[in-house]
Amino acid sequence: MDKFMRRLAVFQHYRPLLSQLVVKDIKLKYRRSFLGYLWSILNPLMIMGIMVLVFSSMFRFDIQNYPVYLIIGQTIFNFVSEATNQAMWSITGNAALMKKTYVPKYIFTLSRVTSSFVNMIFALGAMLLVFIICRIHFSLNMLFIPVILIQVYIFSMGLGLFLAAGTVFFRDIQYIYSAFLTAWMYVTPIFYPISQLPENLQRCIKHFNPLYAYITQFRTIVLESMCPDMRLVVYGFVVAFLMMGFGTLVFMKSQDRFILYI
Amino acid sequence: MENEYAVRVEHAVVRFNMASERIDNLKEYFVKLLRRELMFKEFFALKDVSFEVKKGEAWGIIGTNGSGKSTLLKLICGILKPYKGTVTINGTIAPLIELGAGFDGDLTARENIFLNGAVLGYDKKFMEQHFDEIVDFAELWDFLDMPIKNYSSGMAARLGFAIATIVRPDILICDEVLSVGDYAFQKKCERRMAEMRESGTTLLYVSHSIESVKEICDHALWLDKGIVKKYGDVDTVAEAYIEKLKQKEKK
Repeated sequence: MDKFMRRLAVFQHYRPLLSQLVVKDIKLKYRRSFLGYLWSILNPLMIMGIMVLVFSSMFRFDIQNYPVYLIIGQTIFNFVSEATNQAMWSITGNAALMKKTYVPKYIFTLSRVTSSFVNMIFALGAMLLVFIICRIHFSLNMLFIPVILIQVYIFSMGLGLFLAAGTVFFRDIQYIYSAFLTAWMYVTPIFYPISQLPENLQRCIKHFNPLYAYITQFRTIVLESMCPDMRLVVYGFVVAFLMMGFGTLVFMKSQDRFILYI
Repeated sequence: MENEYAVRVEHAVVRFNMASERIDNLKEYFVKLLRRELMFKEFFALKDVSFEVKKGEAWGIIGTNGSGKSTLLKLICGILKPYKGTVTINGTIAPLIELGAGFDGDLTARENIFLNGAVLGYDKKFMEQHFDEIVDFAELWDFLDMPIKNYSSGMAARLGFAIATIVRPDILICDEVLSVGDYAFQKKCERRMAEMRESGTTLLYVSHSIESVKEICDHALWLDKGIVKKYGDVDTVAEAYIEKLKQKEKK
């Protein structure tokens, strides 16, 4: 308990650093671009536009409000992918700083995931635009959306901490992970309905792919204007916290040896 | 008060892996594992180092290249963890191991001041209050909105020093950082360090120049290949060290 309080005090002490790092990431991302922050909204819109074209004329899925269906899946998946990829390099990328001064190492991973999260919040602007164009019925259920985002954030943080620690010791995790992400994208119903898949694969995805739970909660709220299935919400939180616990454990156990490998 | 220690190092051992090639990917790891070539060649950068620094003292750490001086400072800063033994610190530390280590080249000096302040644990409000003071000391008013990557190393060092010493720390750790600045700035830094010393800051100082150690410090620690050769009063230790160097030269 005493140790925990001390950790909390250290975190408090370095909170300004966390916010500075997040602001820095966001500032630098769009510093030399003409449209600046607008890109956060334009980029997902453009990608969604292309995917809508591809999947509504080339492959036909029988989904109502396909653009909305698509952009929800795409936004959530993109966040997880960006956050974890950024987190993966958060320790090795800040090696110079870590060799010269003492800073709690998890701050860097935390800041990367958080700045990706802020980017996603911007991207919600694009989503809102699509909702309006597709005449989505706005309901009070939408107040539940932040709860979904928190689940995804915690999950990505856990995965990010694990990847960050792993990459310090084994740099080729990046190749394995990028292949894994591609596979993950295909087993997540982002652009196709899950009913397209064979029965046993469907069951597999529902049980073992937490992204399915997060995306489905979101879609239930927006497309059916209903409250999401509570079992999915509980499942989502449990997986998120398990991932967070696992990532934290791996990170904390190995962090004292980081300095020897970066 | 007088008996209180600022830094206490007890039987500290720092171990590095000095395997001929460092394995940093899974593929090699498994290949070596199967071939049973997974070696761990250990190297002790510090072997059983013990000493105690009392509050207000100034210690110079001397020794040849690779004797473990920087390792010792990093150990005290908390950057490295001891493999065995303990390090206890009593008070706040300002590490000047490399000035401006937290600078981001793409950000302007103005933005970097806040970022670097945050690395040292100061919040935005505090940095705003001391902003003018920092820029005054670094004498960089004309270049505030220029990205740091366009700065010369001396300019960046000036800014780094100004930020790191904005608050009087209990313990100041210096690793030959001042050698980059020009003469006038070096003098200015030395003045500020002297001011801090007068108000009770403990100093740990690494330098190859025995003269500057003698001038600044009152105690010294002589490290050789990770072992403490001698420690205590600065003049005695420095004398013994120089004696040793002369002997080596003769050989």
